[in-house]
Amino acid sequence: MMSSEIVLQTFNLGKKYRHRWAVREANLLVHRGEIFGFLGPNGAGKSTTIRMLLTLIRPTTGRVEFFQKNVLMHRADVLSRLGGLVERADFYLYLSGRRNLESIAALGGNISKKEIDEVLHLVGLAKRADDRVKTYSHGMKQRLGIAQALLRQPEFIVLDEPTTGLDPQGIKEVRELIGRLSAERGITVFLSSHLLSEIEQVATNMAVIHRGEIIVQGKVGELLNDGDTVVRLIARPMDYTKRVLARLSFVKRVVAQGDELQVTIGNTDSSLLSSMLMKSGIEIATITPLRSLEQYFLSITEGASDVD
Amino acid sequence: MSIENRAVYHPPSLFLLLRHELIKTFFKWRTYIGFITLAVVIPLVEVALKLEGGTMVQNMTRNLSRDFLLIGNLFNAYWVTYTLMMSLWVHVPFLIALVAGDQLAGEATSGTVRLLLTRPSSRSRILLSKYLATLVYAALLVIFLGAVGVGVGLILFGPGDLLVVGKEFIIIPAASVPARLMLGFGFAVVSMWCVSSLAFLFSSLVENAIGPIIATMAVIIVFFVIANLPIESVQAVRPYLFTTYMNVWMQAFEMPIRWGEIGSSLLRLSGFSVGFYLVTWYIFVKKDVLS
Repeated sequence: MMSSEIVLQTFNLGKKYRHRWAVREANLLVHRGEIFGFLGPNGAGKSTTIRMLLTLIRPTTGRVEFFQKNVLMHRADVLSRLGGLVERADFYLYLSGRRNLESIAALGGNISKKEIDEVLHLVGLAKRADDRVKTYSHGMKQRLGIAQALLRQPEFIVLDEPTTGLDPQGIKEVRELIGRLSAERGITVFLSSHLLSEIEQVATNMAVIHRGEIIVQGKVGELLNDGDTVVRLIARPMDYTKRVLARLSFVKRVVAQGDELQVTIGNTDSSLLSSMLMKSGIEIATITPLRSLEQYFLSITEGASDVD
Repeated sequence: MSIENRAVYHPPSLFLLLRHELIKTFFKWRTYIGFITLAVVIPLVEVALKLEGGTMVQNMTRNLSRDFLLIGNLFNAYWVTYTLMMSLWVHVPFLIALVAGDQLAGEATSGTVRLLLTRPSSRSRILLSKYLATLVYAALLVIFLGAVGVGVGLILFGPGDLLVVGKEFIIIPAASVPARLMLGFGFAVVSMWCVSSLAFLFSSLVENAIGPIIATMAVIIVFFVIANLPIESVQAVRPYLFTTYMNVWMQAFEMPIRWGEIGSSLLRLSGFSVGFYLVTWYIFVKKDVLS
């Protein structure tokens, strides 16, 4: 499934509102078949980025390319291969779910009744399809939102916070659905969230946006799951310390920087390291666990929103 | 698997887009406020006129009947419709703006604009389909006004010659009144299309329909006031106000019909409509969708 074909790439993408940069020099890279998690706290620029991807907002700088085509220059062609759900799943409340889908689908040309039934069935709304959306629960609207993104068999879908406001059962269903779309239909999924746990559970790749800038991107496993902690250590005598460290099984790597050592330990508490060193008679001047990537994400995403 | 057999993109026909815009418009409760209002007000007024027993016509024709012999029923369906149109004409723009002002702003309010504009159809096409749907509504409302006016009138009063009181008294024979009415309401539709275009323009600027409705009415009122100020320099702007041509429908009831002047008024109204539409297009196509 995984091939190296690039389906989405942004080049120095930026958006400035009056005097504030909402997004700055964003370079995203998504390959076919990936479930790409776009993580960032509220107000970090996720939604602005997604709006630029789907041509709702014109970038101030840079460009968006889907399938190696500039989205603004090949808009119809590109958008006909995409599906999107931007922010809340809003619909014409006075129309039925089915009529909503028909109306949205019409923007891409004629569509068969069968295809509409199919997406309704896929998101489990077949029975309520002819009721007005006004009567739908939040979760049902959200699922209808995913359904409309799936109209016309897209190759790539963009889902902006698709689990927001859902109950645990709803969240589980949406996650499973995303997994199925990726696995069974080979759809590339671009998924935004302000929750690390969500990205961690669903996504294969990820990027983190903070204050409008992409801080890091890569494979989720490589960025998160190795669980290694780096400890900054200043201890005397240094050579002896190095020899002791070399004998400890949980120490993976030691890098010397001047009189400072950066010790990569496994999924181990740094207090174990300090007690082992002290047992060996080493004099510790400083021992500071550097925050791991995971802690770093948590610290920026769990704090209050980014909006000044 | 589904990627390979995915259909090639064919842009939807304007007709298909218009059909769905009409479905959206006519499934909305708001759309019927105008129709319901007219369906209530018109019969009410006509019944009241019936009960009054035609004293209005008698008052108007008192001087006339001293010099002429008036035969037949001047208090009839046509006269009632014409009089209704005269008095309702100021209020119809409100009912037009109610829907036209909601066409774009309403999509922003409900958030559905995001669904519309992330689809392959170009913004220009989507805008055009919404505009055409707005024009369909405006035309239907004006035609509805005429149809209810005449329909209820025929039941209550029956047909007859149409007495038009303007700078001069004109009596249009009963047989040719239906054609004149159709003409008049046709012209009225063009006027209301101009009002629709203005409300539609305002609708592209904001995210709530209230603003465009009020702004449209405000513009019409201000233009009417300006046009009627007895100051010469202000009078000079009259030709540049679309409201100046809004009464073109009345010219369908003149004798003889001044086709040249009517044509020029209709052309100017259409010119204003196109102008308003082009401004709307410019705004809508460039707009960042933040709602």
